[in-house]
Amino acid sequence: MPTASMTVNGKAVSGEVESRTLLVQFIRDKLGLTGTHVGCDTSQCGACVVHVNGKSVKSCTLLAVQAEGAKVTTIEGLANGGDLHPMQAAFRENHGLQCGFCTPGMVMSALDLVQQIPDPNEQQVREWLEGNICRCTGYQNIVKAIQAGAKAMRS
Amino acid sequence: MHNFDYHRPTSLADAAKRLSGEAKLVAGGMTLIPTLKQRLAQPSSLVDLGGIAELRGIKPEGGGLTIGAMTTHAEVAHSAEVKKTIPALAVLAEGIGDPQVRNRGTIGGSISNNDPAADYPAGLVALGATVITDKRRIAADDFFKGMFETALQDGEIVTAVSFPRPDKAAYMKFPNPASRYAMVGVFVARTGGGIRVAVTGAGPGVFRATEMEKALAGNFSADAIKSVKIPAAGLNSDMHGSAEYRAHLVNVMARRAVTACS
Ligand SMILES: Cc1cc2nc3c(=O)[nH]c(=O)nc-3n(C[C@H](O)[C@H](O)[C@H](O)COP(=O)(O)OP(=O)(O)OC[C@H]3O[C@@H](n4cnc5c(N)ncnc54)[C@H](O)[C@@H]3O)c2cc1C
Ligand code: FES
Ligand code: FES
Repeated sequence: MPTASMTVNGKAVSGEVESRTLLVQFIRDKLGLTGTHVGCDTSQCGACVVHVNGKSVKSCTLLAVQAEGAKVTTIEGLANGGDLHPMQAAFRENHGLQCGFCTPGMVMSALDLVQQIPDPNEQQVREWLEGNICRCTGYQNIVKAIQAGAKAMRS
Repeated sequence: MHNFDYHRPTSLADAAKRLSGEAKLVAGGMTLIPTLKQRLAQPSSLVDLGGIAELRGIKPEGGGLTIGAMTTHAEVAHSAEVKKTIPALAVLAEGIGDPQVRNRGTIGGSISNNDPAADYPAGLVALGATVITDKRRIAADDFFKGMFETALQDGEIVTAVSFPRPDKAAYMKFPNPASRYAMVGVFVARTGGGIRVAVTGAGPGVFRATEMEKALAGNFSADAIKSVKIPAAGLNSDMHGSAEYRAHLVNVMARRAVTACS
């Protein structure tokens, strides 16, 4: 059986996988990091977004073996002990979630936006969220949360 | 998903050697992995092109650009070189899917897959690009063969696409609101060799709107093609829009693209 070795949230990890094991299955089932969700099987919903080598990707559409040697960051890698990351805190303060299923993907996607556009306007946030589907909130407060999170990260 | 062997060669020659039997190439995986999940394909092995450095990157060449097969949509969209030489191509890449699809999906994967609603085929055909494989060079007009079919032979690997520089070019797409694929996309290019209008999304594969090209040759303006009708016969008709609707959209998108060129 092949093994997959990578750095997840700063920690070196390694495990036996099948070639067909998806990165999200490795993260959830092997590493027990269940913050990354799976909401579809068509690569459209974005609940599974993580960062691989600094870029947001859908971990349901990448094989674990393809992430060999990569640096992976999941939602669990953001908080500093008990202190939420400013983007996480902004989602809480702005009511940017209801059931929370889409939230980890939203936050990881938003952080990729902020590294490219530190001060995104509403239109830029909405366009960026093309790959993240929320079935609860109507997006209004997600957009607000991301702009507030971006602002908090700038200060 | 059925299981398979996985290989990640570091050279093109090694990748070609691995491509026997039921082996399949994987580039960004944005089309292939969902297909495997649905068990619509069952390759015995996957040969990942991600480890081959020479397939990546954007180079100015002969006044135009050569883009490696493994260059992602995001890399094309953000490239200063592309924005300078063929800005319409950067716009096209920026409009593909969503940011995460653009971070993984590649130009080589997109054209090899030749989805009838994909964006790149229109860009390649309108710009008169050349597809470069590990075996030969194929003009874009000869490369796309209709729905999900290309001129590629078994085991042939796209290594790059070479684009000449147009005088003016623009791409206008009416995205399907759910998938972001093109309901209709029209790429108009004005080059030394004439005017080319390529349409994606509307039919079973990319095609040139030759009547529009003729009308634009005499008078390069949106008005010149206002009355040029695209026949609805043979166009796609589905839950998102009828063939007549798409035929009409082609004219609207073409006029917008021409306006954006001038
Ligand atoms: C949610 C979503 C939205 C999308 N929206 C759009 C859109 O709006 N517009 C659009 O154009 N596309 C869209 N796509 C498709 C996307 O652009 C894909 O990236 C692309 O179609 C396939 O590229 P890939 O690199 O991921 O290829 P893969 O999925 O890895 O491969 C696709 C096929 O091409 C073959 N192949 C790959 N590379 C080569 C090569 N170098 N030589 C020969 N054969 C090769 C593979 O064997 C496979 O059969 C979308 C995809 C998703 C998941
Ligand atoms: S689980 Fe839906 S995009 Fe990955
Ligand atoms: S908060 Fe429920 S899916 Fe977004």
